[in-house]
Amino acid sequence: MADGALLLGEADALTGAPANAAGASPVRINNRVRAALRIALGRLQIVSPDPAERLRAADGILRSRSAQDLPLLDAALARETVPRIRERLVLAQGAARLASDDEALKRAGIESLGASGFEAARTVLLEARAGNAALAEAIDAAVARIDRQLAFRRAGELLFQGLSLGSVLLLAALGLAVTFGVMGVINMAHGEFVMLGAYTTFLVQEALRGTPLAPWALQLAVPAAFLVTALLGAAMERGLIRHLYGRPLETLLMTFGVGMVLQQSVRLIFGAQNREVSSPAWMQGTLMLPGEISVTQNRLWIIVFGIAVLLLVMAAIRFTRFGLDMRAVVQNRRIAATMGIRTGRVDALTFAFGSGIAGMAGVALSQIDNVSPNLGTGYIVDSFMVVVFGGVGSLAGTLIGALTLGVVNKLLEPYAGVVLAKVAVLVGIMLFIQRRPKGLFALKGRAADQ
Amino acid sequence: MPGISALRFNLRLGLVVLIFVLLLLPPVLNALPAGHPLRISDFVVAVTGKWICYAILALSIDLAWGYAGILSLGHGAFFALGGYAMGMHLMRMIGNRGVYGHPVLPDFMVFLGYKELPWYWLGFEYFPFAMLMALLVPGALAGLVGWLAFRSRITGVYLSIITQAMTYALMLAFFRNDMGFGGNNGFTDFKDLLGVPLNTPSARAGLYLAALGALLITLLISAYTVHSKFGRLLIAIRDAESRVRFLGYDVTAFKLFVFVLSAMMAGLAGALYVPIVGIINPGEFSPGNSIEAVVWVAFGGRGTLIGAILGAFSVNALKTWLTSFAPDLWLLVLGALFIIVTLFLPRGLIGLGWRRRS
Repeated sequence: MADGALLLGEADALTGAPANAAGASPVRINNRVRAALRIALGRLQIVSPDPAERLRAADGILRSRSAQDLPLLDAALARETVPRIRERLVLAQGAARLASDDEALKRAGIESLGASGFEAARTVLLEARAGNAALAEAIDAAVARIDRQLAFRRAGELLFQGLSLGSVLLLAALGLAVTFGVMGVINMAHGEFVMLGAYTTFLVQEALRGTPLAPWALQLAVPAAFLVTALLGAAMERGLIRHLYGRPLETLLMTFGVGMVLQQSVRLIFGAQNREVSSPAWMQGTLMLPGEISVTQNRLWIIVFGIAVLLLVMAAIRFTRFGLDMRAVVQNRRIAATMGIRTGRVDALTFAFGSGIAGMAGVALSQIDNVSPNLGTGYIVDSFMVVVFGGVGSLAGTLIGALTLGVVNKLLEPYAGVVLAKVAVLVGIMLFIQRRPKGLFALKGRAADQ
Repeated sequence: MPGISALRFNLRLGLVVLIFVLLLLPPVLNALPAGHPLRISDFVVAVTGKWICYAILALSIDLAWGYAGILSLGHGAFFALGGYAMGMHLMRMIGNRGVYGHPVLPDFMVFLGYKELPWYWLGFEYFPFAMLMALLVPGALAGLVGWLAFRSRITGVYLSIITQAMTYALMLAFFRNDMGFGGNNGFTDFKDLLGVPLNTPSARAGLYLAALGALLITLLISAYTVHSKFGRLLIAIRDAESRVRFLGYDVTAFKLFVFVLSAMMAGLAGALYVPIVGIINPGEFSPGNSIEAVVWVAFGGRGTLIGAILGAFSVNALKTWLTSFAPDLWLLVLGALFIIVTLFLPRGLIGLGWRRRS
């Protein structure tokens, strides 16, 4: 420091003009200077290229709540593109405006905070309410506006979570809708097929690690998982289930045994701990829908995937030769056989088809759940509920059933908690089948027994 | 031919007598002085006592499944509910000997900050009340679920799925801490029952004999039920439910009766089980337990009563033996057992012996 000018090396720190360093005295560093420097540095970081630093800077400015920062904030807001940092900047701008002495500026701050819809803006507004008795009315209106937006957003997010859970249930139940609904074979190992699909995803990812195909691991896992579980399903139908047709209770026990063997084998081979399946970049992060409803990308993709699989299954049943054979065998096995349809082969293919769908569900679940040997156990009860609720043998019923159960579950959760919501849904289904014992979309028929 | 059926009856009676005589041995031989070559260890007595409780559970499943065709996957839950009723009594009997020394509240309630007993714990300090609840709570639940299911003619696998869902929901509920049932850890560290400390030889022998007596009584009740005219109707319902309904019988009421009776037997088994093993936790509600018990019945031979008892003993003996040296293999073997029994042994062990004659 010389004559009040701040020198940096041989130059004036402000102008950059050469200066004589002789006789300059060093700046004495004390805590006050440190604090001032830290704040100044923090403000400068608002233009840093590193988003994390900008976020920290914005937070610092928000805390200080000083009207002096307004020009800095206006400039930063004009440049900023990252939503999270923009949020802080809008908050800081509103807070800074509120801290100014200018009545119009304060009103502008209240207006911008109210429009932002952020929960934190609510806190800032309520804080300012005490010191600005004249503006109380405007502040209250802004708070109410935020509350409305928050409620809307919460409802939207809840609905999305419900649809997301519903699509997971749909994926897990679609295979059952084919094996149980169409064929009438109760497969308690269905959950284990889902689990095997998830492990196939893990294996495909490991096999492709380091190869150029690695980014495509997840897409390639879908057909791979379908093949693995479909082959296993075909083998299981031909080897075991075929001998138990017409004895559903025995089929239930036998398939449960198969499920135990599969689960324990996977546990012995891969270990009991969770396996890591990574998500591709396009499935990570969150997406903002209009109205500031944030949705996670992977859940969104699973909804898309669920609908795609549903359409695929519907198309396969309606438009392919295999689907035609399948429907014929279900309607009347003996007449189908006299028409030259090889019913045994159709049985095997149908069961393989349903099992393959379970495998594809496993690929989706590997993205949102832990890939462990008991992955499938958690879904099997719910999937059966979906099929029973929606109506056995009806794909539309499965869709409506899965989405209804998912949304109702999520809507109940904030009030009743996760467990009680599940119990309530279960009781609801019990009561529902009092009125409609065959589910939502019952197949019409006049027989007393199936 | 009457001759064969009489022979079969005598064989079965002989088998029952043999089983009960063999089951009397462990506590008797356990009473021998230590070091005696024929002495049976405390461990064997406790394990056999546990199996007797399982045999009662198997018997209850056989009554519903083997005779009335109701394949319940919820009997493990009825068993656990009976166990919890007894566990609540045992917890109350700890008194002020818990870690926190509270005169009324069990340790976990003190830990969770309860100020007083929840209302549903009232009365469990009385043994007869707890025993009554061990029967009534599973009975009432079975009555409710059964009434809802049977009157809307939910049968076969649909009933199995519903009961499994019930079991699953109960398990989730009992795992919660704020249910007032000890959450994850359940109940343990019991001290005494009816004034007798549980870790004494006389308590062990008493519990064992109580379980054995209960097995005999439930077997007699079941045998009386299935050999009465009512039992004939149950078999008819199992084989052609609609036909029995169209003949004018109230199928719903018959099924409901046998389902509730069976659930109460399962509750009794659970109540006897808890003081013998000294612990009850929500894991007992696991749906896998219920279905495992069904396999005991299938393995022994369903619709025979004695087969259920045999199945419970043999599968559990296999389990105890196998898990002692290869615990990883047990689930594989159990799974294989499901497959073998359903494919090759539809009538179970009992069917093996009698198929040639009949």
